[in-house]
Amino acid sequence: MLYFSKIRIFLITIFTLIFVLIFLSNFIKSDNLIFSKKINLGLDLQGGSYLLLEIDTAPVITQKLQNSISEFKKFFKEKKINLKNFKINEDNTLFFEVNQDKVNQVKEILEDKEDNFINQYYPTYKSHKFVFSIEKNLFKLNFSKHGLVEIKNSLQDQALETIRRRVDEIGTNEPNIIKRGSDRIVVELPGLDDPSRIKNLLGKTANLTFRFIIKGSEETFGSEKLEFEDGSEEAIVSKRIIMSGDNLLDAQPSMDTQNNETVVTFNLDRVGAKRFGKATSTGIGKRLAIVLDGKVISAPVIRDAIVSGSGQISGDFTFQSATDLALLLRSGALPAPLNIIEERTVGPDLGQDSINAGVIALAIGFVLVICFMIFKYRIFGLIANITLILNLFLLVGILTLFQATLTLPGIAGIILTVGMAVDANVLIFERIKEEIKDEKNQLVAFDSGYEKSKTAVIDANITTLLAAIILFFMGSGPVKGFSVTLGVGIFTTLFSVYFIARLLTSIYVIKNKNKEKLI
Amino acid sequence: MIKKIYFNRFYKLFNIISFILIILSIFLLLFKGLNFGVDFKGGTLIELRTTDNSIKISNIRDSLNQINLGDVSVKKFGTDSDYLIKFEKKNFNDPNFISKIKKKLSTSLGNGFEFRRVENVGPKVSSELLKSGIIAIGLSLVAMLIYIWIRFEWQFSLGAIVALFHDVLITLGIFSLLSLEINLSIVAAVLTIVGYSMNDTVVIFDRVRENLKKYSDIKIFELTNISINETLSRTIITSATTLLALFSIFFFGGEILKGFSFAMILGVFFGTYSSIYIANPILVFLRVSQKTILKEDKD
Repeated sequence: MLYFSKIRIFLITIFTLIFVLIFLSNFIKSDNLIFSKKINLGLDLQGGSYLLLEIDTAPVITQKLQNSISEFKKFFKEKKINLKNFKINEDNTLFFEVNQDKVNQVKEILEDKEDNFINQYYPTYKSHKFVFSIEKNLFKLNFSKHGLVEIKNSLQDQALETIRRRVDEIGTNEPNIIKRGSDRIVVELPGLDDPSRIKNLLGKTANLTFRFIIKGSEETFGSEKLEFEDGSEEAIVSKRIIMSGDNLLDAQPSMDTQNNETVVTFNLDRVGAKRFGKATSTGIGKRLAIVLDGKVISAPVIRDAIVSGSGQISGDFTFQSATDLALLLRSGALPAPLNIIEERTVGPDLGQDSINAGVIALAIGFVLVICFMIFKYRIFGLIANITLILNLFLLVGILTLFQATLTLPGIAGIILTVGMAVDANVLIFERIKEEIKDEKNQLVAFDSGYEKSKTAVIDANITTLLAAIILFFMGSGPVKGFSVTLGVGIFTTLFSVYFIARLLTSIYVIKNKNKEKLI
Repeated sequence: MIKKIYFNRFYKLFNIISFILIILSIFLLLFKGLNFGVDFKGGTLIELRTTDNSIKISNIRDSLNQINLGDVSVKKFGTDSDYLIKFEKKNFNDPNFISKIKKKLSTSLGNGFEFRRVENVGPKVSSELLKSGIIAIGLSLVAMLIYIWIRFEWQFSLGAIVALFHDVLITLGIFSLLSLEINLSIVAAVLTIVGYSMNDTVVIFDRVRENLKKYSDIKIFELTNISINETLSRTIITSATTLLALFSIFFFGGEILKGFSFAMILGVFFGTYSSIYIANPILVFLRVSQKTILKEDKD
């Protein structure tokens, strides 16, 4: 175990040097290729906001089911089959009935696997869009697991796009927006210490519609009672949509010079301009309600036909709220409401304090361990300590190379690695001491010390590695950072003990083999 | 020659003590329960720093009690100017909750404060985090059980796993007794304890196995004692360096890591103790002998 070939010594040295360089690149302010890599700091160290958003998919699923009723009716009508008594209950099950003699025909159509337009078949999942059961002539349909996944995935994609546009508009620095699971989205905003504006913007669906107000005071089939945003009045608003936020090309906050009011001006696309022109020319004297997320922002009376394709929204805005509304309109509506289900924000000075505390704790822990080892093992303590320092360089070097995220618990993991890394060397040194008692030849004793302690060292490290792996897969956020440093620390420890420390030991032992008492 | 300590003379005594401690811990966990933080219970946590010396903890408390926001607790956090404010989960659906609190505090306390940290965890997320924490700890115990089973014999695996349960239960028992907060980092600490305690046990077991092969005439009761003694200096040195690192996190690593490092310190202490006084007596109790491991070689 003590013999090292020249080529091996060379490789170990090169490998170690490379990682020392990568380690150092964290402290060099330079953009050249070699030193460009820096370790990523987690939000708990650099400060920033973490938001976990959940898409409220339930209303969309009900809506999709609602839409499918007309699809079903139309599709089967062409096949001369009459479906009747459609019903949707609270747990999103769709019911309909057919004449007894057509039951099998409908069943076959629904079960078809090729070119099934009404109940799509996903070959990759081996599943249809709907699953169904039949009782006599009553059909019960539910979205299958994968049908739901399809809906959720597309919702998630759309929501992600809209969120990205909204966050980008605000111009925060390097936001990180990623999907999680089937109906969640993580938004990480480094450096942001007050996310209240973003939360407000993300909390709004921003579904904008222009609709006429109908005279009268009761809801009818084609109208609904809506509140005004400021709560001042209620109005009966037609359900017929003249145009929606989708027709907007641009929206900007501006000042209405006539009455000194902040407004949002907008430009419409061709379709929108046409519809808006038609509606305003036929509806002179009527009130046009501008409805955002189910609340009326304002309802001006139409005085002239507006054919220019641009207009303005007024409604007691401050400059800030007009800016936000314009931003929401520009970035488009979310496909479904979002709920913020987790929020963690760390201010920048707490982050810096955490870094400082972490570094001080690391330095003190390090010095204590080093002194202890020198005191206990003298020259071999020195070897263990050199190994420990290189181990630290390797560990931080690997984290830098893979641009892993360093968190506060991650720093704790590094400090803990410092404490536990000497274990392998201690196991070996203690074993050598025992071997020397029975073996006169010191070189042989060193050799068998390394050999016989091997299983204990490996077993002991694998147990910690197992814990780190489980933590990596089950933990979240900062805790994940801990599992990464702990896990990587085990590999660097084994490398530094079996290559660096052993090399140093062998050099020392071979040089001093005639000394009376080596260890 | 190594000075020999007769650890095995005290097997019975310490087993009884451990047994009592475990029963006490289970009682505490069942009847007093754990003090779960916002990670696992849901709710809102705000770390607040005052820059105005005239602000007292009672001012903050009074101010927050005026706006009806449900159960609120205010505690000092480390230094004299830092406070932790915690709300029960009720208010989660209001996205402006934090802004409201900030506004309220600035009207009654002026601008001499800042929010250093805000954590807001919804009920759904907190229950998921709790579930995955429990699964993680359970999974790690199973993984260790299987690993030792593969590397050693089932008697060793049983001894190691009982020692692990002992360490985890007593550590959590102490957290319950002192009403210390359980958050995500404590789960990380418990898992690391599992790894560390196992590490310690494995080193002694490895020696027991080696000695079983070497001496056929020494009884397991005596053999465990020899093995413990032979590995003793390693056990002490490693525990010492690990504790040095942990104490430096505890004292210098900041308030946020206090709970984590405290759990780890307890874990290292009990992990070391249980390797000697739980894992080994179980080998004795299960009458492990040379035959046990020779059977392994034949397979």
